[in-house]
Amino acid sequence: MNELVFFINNVVIAGSVSGSIYAIGAVGVTLVFSIMRFAHFAHADMMTFGAFMVLLLTLLFPGAGDAVGLPTAVVMLPLAMLFTALLAVGIDRAFYKPLRAHGVKPIVMVIGSLGVTLMLQGLIRLFAGTGGQSLYVDDRKEILRLALPFEGARAPIVITEPQIILFVLTIAAVVSLHLFLTRSRLGKAMRAMSDNPDLAQASGININLIVAVTWIIAGGLATIAGTLLSLDVTFKPDLSFFILLPIFAAAIVGGVGHPFGAIAGGFVVGFAETLAVFNWSVLLRPFRDSLPEWLAQAGNLAFVGTEYKIVVPFFILVAILVWRPTGIFKGKVI
Amino acid sequence: MSTQNEPRSDLVAAPSRLPKRELALFAALLVVVLGVYAVMGGAYSTRMLVEAACYAILALGLTIQWGYAGQFNAGVMGFVALGGFSAMLFSVPVNEAFWASELPGELGLALLYLVAAVLVVVGATRLDRLGLPKRWRTLIAVVVAVLLYLVVMSELRSVTEEIHSRVDFVGGLGLPAWTGWIVGGALAGGMGYFIGKICLGLRSDYLAIATLGIAEIIKAFLKNSEWLTRGTATVSPLPWPTPGPAELGFTLARALYLSLTAVIIAAIFFLLHRAYHAPWGRMIRAIRDNEISSAAMGKDINRRRLEIFVLGCILMGIGGGVLGSFNSLFDPQGYLPLNHTFLVLVMVILGGPGNNLGTIFGAVAVYIIWIMSEPLALFLMHFAADIGQAWFGWDSPGNLDSRALQARVFVIGLLITLVLRFAPKGLLPEKVKYHD
Repeated sequence: MNELVFFINNVVIAGSVSGSIYAIGAVGVTLVFSIMRFAHFAHADMMTFGAFMVLLLTLLFPGAGDAVGLPTAVVMLPLAMLFTALLAVGIDRAFYKPLRAHGVKPIVMVIGSLGVTLMLQGLIRLFAGTGGQSLYVDDRKEILRLALPFEGARAPIVITEPQIILFVLTIAAVVSLHLFLTRSRLGKAMRAMSDNPDLAQASGININLIVAVTWIIAGGLATIAGTLLSLDVTFKPDLSFFILLPIFAAAIVGGVGHPFGAIAGGFVVGFAETLAVFNWSVLLRPFRDSLPEWLAQAGNLAFVGTEYKIVVPFFILVAILVWRPTGIFKGKVI
Repeated sequence: MSTQNEPRSDLVAAPSRLPKRELALFAALLVVVLGVYAVMGGAYSTRMLVEAACYAILALGLTIQWGYAGQFNAGVMGFVALGGFSAMLFSVPVNEAFWASELPGELGLALLYLVAAVLVVVGATRLDRLGLPKRWRTLIAVVVAVLLYLVVMSELRSVTEEIHSRVDFVGGLGLPAWTGWIVGGALAGGMGYFIGKICLGLRSDYLAIATLGIAEIIKAFLKNSEWLTRGTATVSPLPWPTPGPAELGFTLARALYLSLTAVIIAAIFFLLHRAYHAPWGRMIRAIRDNEISSAAMGKDINRRRLEIFVLGCILMGIGGGVLGSFNSLFDPQGYLPLNHTFLVLVMVILGGPGNNLGTIFGAVAVYIIWIMSEPLALFLMHFAADIGQAWFGWDSPGNLDSRALQARVFVIGLLITLVLRFAPKGLLPEKVKYHD
């Protein structure tokens, strides 16, 4: 029974945590992909920037959380989302729009976004230093231990407060995005533009407005993902290239241009990572007596060590590109 | 299309004129190099030039991928690291303790298991030729692959841990460094073939994503395989193919190494120049500029793309080997995306993608700026901190030096975006010749 609890703690909870973070990140990437048709490499650093904004605001108003009963960082999230959204729109105006106006190939936009990612990285590290920092400045991380009402289950299920907030926020973000894309005029215009930009423009949709709205959503979602990641562990200014690969893998698995596919892809990648790193011999321990000796003796049955975690999203990416380059939900952009 | 009638700005007449722009830029570069020699002294400046020359090889590799064929490789670092690893493995002295024990046999056996497992899995994927339904074949192949992977990995892990704990690492082969460079090029080319085969038929962005990923994976592998590379403990010194500083003194030894790299660059430059003007080069450019029309001409687009991608990766592997040998230190953690991917990218897009001369100019110029920007950034940062303290009573954070270096990240990023915006063809644009 304890082994099962261990499995839940290490796979189910950890997998859904990283899955939600990848999902929110991948939605932003896939929206930018479907409207502007290029892989936005600066997304990971936008996440870091959003988390950094939250950190700054938390340092400025450390007591704000107590008034509401939530961690200060979560209270500061909407404001940070606003700043990051403004930053995203500003970056687009300053760097991507001139390139688009020149009619460059998508790959040049990719290189431009790599330039932007380096600029953001430089700025963040210049101001935040290179070390990790906790987003819990004044309040502390609450850890819930749920004891199971079974015989023999001594270990409790461990879930932390930010993880619960993470699940709630993920669901809220997904539902509101769904309502926005299907019910509102702007959301429908966005979908029209991702289906056929020329037709959308010909039917009177304001392209500049759609692009700006896309960046606002992408920036806001990036802030949520970055903050939740930093709440769950710590704020690290230098994770950009490590988080970028799982996010792109998630977006491509879900079918590029498919927001809901990206969510599914995020969870696929997140669970694949935790399942691959999980030491399966723990689950075999209760059956030790009835197993053949070579299997019972195996101490470490993890597929990859934690230091090779980044191989998992890459492997998924390669597999999906070989078997089904359009993604599981038939993406629009190939 | 109206563009067909207008004269294009980048077209030049076939008879060559005096290359004023090239002469002016290279003269300016020469003045800067002489200035550096005058200020910083011979040993330092020669080291800078050798490193710039190694970067020029990497930049030539990237310029044929990006400039000739329009493929964007965001993982130069990985191929450079492979080259450096191979240079280390071949040139470092033989580890007698390892070869004297029974470990080489065990390692060989584990590797044989690996080969056998790969063969079995490949065989399982061909089972449908024996009349098995495709669904069953896939299922069997996946299950067999997972099981064999676990078995082989646990075998390999126990052997490698044994090696690491008993004899530190496998050691080198004690061969001359240039063998390592060649094998490094081959390794990088093989890796490039694997990536290119998967990604080159798809959207161009996917290649960038996949190369970015493989670079981090190669780095993680080299960092964590202590039995092979000593990991974070680093391997040094790597022997040079030329007489080392101990025999000739720093300046002369480095000058000798510089002449060796110059010969390599000259050879690569000559071959690339010939290839560029050959029918093969025209075909590559035709594919870059208009895929559909070249496909209609009967060109095998994906195969040509793969060819040029692998060729570029080979050059990066060789360049990485030359650079690794020169640094005389193999440190997997020293391979950074900024230093080994984006710096090379800036060299190529600033110098002129598709123009080999421009790329070499860009490599040397950008490397000098890069090296010189380190003291400059430190100076500016301390200056700003002093002013802040004197005027506003602002206490500067302690790790000022590491933060100052981050300012260079910003500058590289800004440079990339500015060049793309204002000089998309670089300082020495590619010249497309036309014949009346």
